[in-house]
Amino acid sequence: MLIYGVALLATCLVIGMLVGQALGAALGIDANVGGVGIAMLLLVIASNSARFKGLSSGAAQGIQFWSAMYIPIVVAMAAQQNVAAAASGGLLALVAGVAAVVVSFLLVPVISKIGRSKTETQQSGEAP
Amino acid sequence: MIDLIESVFIRNSLVVAFAVIGVTIWLSYLLADKFTAGRVHGSAIAIALGLLAAYWGGTVTGGTKGVADITLLGGIGLMGGGMLRDFAIVSTAFGVRLSELKKAGLAGVVSIIAGVIVSFVVGAGVAIAFGYTDPIAITTIGAGAVTYIVGPVTGEAIGASGEMITLSVAAGLVKSILVMIGTPLVARSIGLDNPQSAMVFGGLMGTTSGVAAGLAATDPKLVPYGAMTATFYTGVGCLLGPSVLFFGVSLFF
Repeated sequence: MLIYGVALLATCLVIGMLVGQALGAALGIDANVGGVGIAMLLLVIASNSARFKGLSSGAAQGIQFWSAMYIPIVVAMAAQQNVAAAASGGLLALVAGVAAVVVSFLLVPVISKIGRSKTETQQSGEAP
Repeated sequence: MIDLIESVFIRNSLVVAFAVIGVTIWLSYLLADKFTAGRVHGSAIAIALGLLAAYWGGTVTGGTKGVADITLLGGIGLMGGGMLRDFAIVSTAFGVRLSELKKAGLAGVVSIIAGVIVSFVVGAGVAIAFGYTDPIAITTIGAGAVTYIVGPVTGEAIGASGEMITLSVAAGLVKSILVMIGTPLVARSIGLDNPQSAMVFGGLMGTTSGVAAGLAATDPKLVPYGAMTATFYTGVGCLLGPSVLFFGVSLFF
């Protein structure tokens, strides 16, 4: 049944959002801390479990449909960004935004390397 | 006649959005095929068209929600709003293996904290270069360079003026839009082609919409990894902005 997959996805998101909101409240900030990330972890765990395979194949289709709708939804999201405000923010906003992105882009290979060399040394350490 | 069209479009707003977005994507893939021989991804063109439409919508209506402020296209606001966006993002985690996540776990955590601090320092540095000496203004603009949510949250917490908060939102929006457009262009040169670097990328950039769209236009398979870390970023930013980072700035100014 397709709805089982959709319902599983929805349940993961609701639980993730609740945990994220509670985490934010516990930290004293009015923001959702990682709700979506937690929901994704729950879905990864649920969909890898043996019980999930017991559900009919329709359940997987229910999740894959939304995953295929991802890009269209992102296009709709782009279409409702406040681009006009970004464009009228002046030179300071432009420079600050651009500089933050450029520096962050440059750091991607640096931090990825730290992570990779770490896992590589771990793997070589585990090898007999 | 116009009333008739309007009432049908408004009553079926989400359905209208599905049709409009579908046509936009079809057109984008056609353009990608015909004019760039597939070198530019169709979804990258679709996202760019979306942003252009949003700019047009914003200037025509004076609203804050781009094309969704146009009455006939209101459904785009629901389709691309936070609820369905998060729902679709979570669904991309289907089929992800736990081992991939564990492999990049530490680098992912490092990237979130480094990302918030680096963006803040760069934004604050730009504010200083523009002649600001007030720690509240410097912190608010720095927080805006983190994301357009962290900016106002921090600004309000430390008592920044409305003008500063607007500026910080604008800086955050510039960042988010640039990540959407720039990611597919730089992906190869920054090694963004595997789950690990995607997780680091999500943690460094942090803007959920920027990361979501940027990775979609680069390689949809990377989306779940980048989105996973990016969703923690804004929370960490809201936590550090009005506290540690503001105190840090206050030490110097």
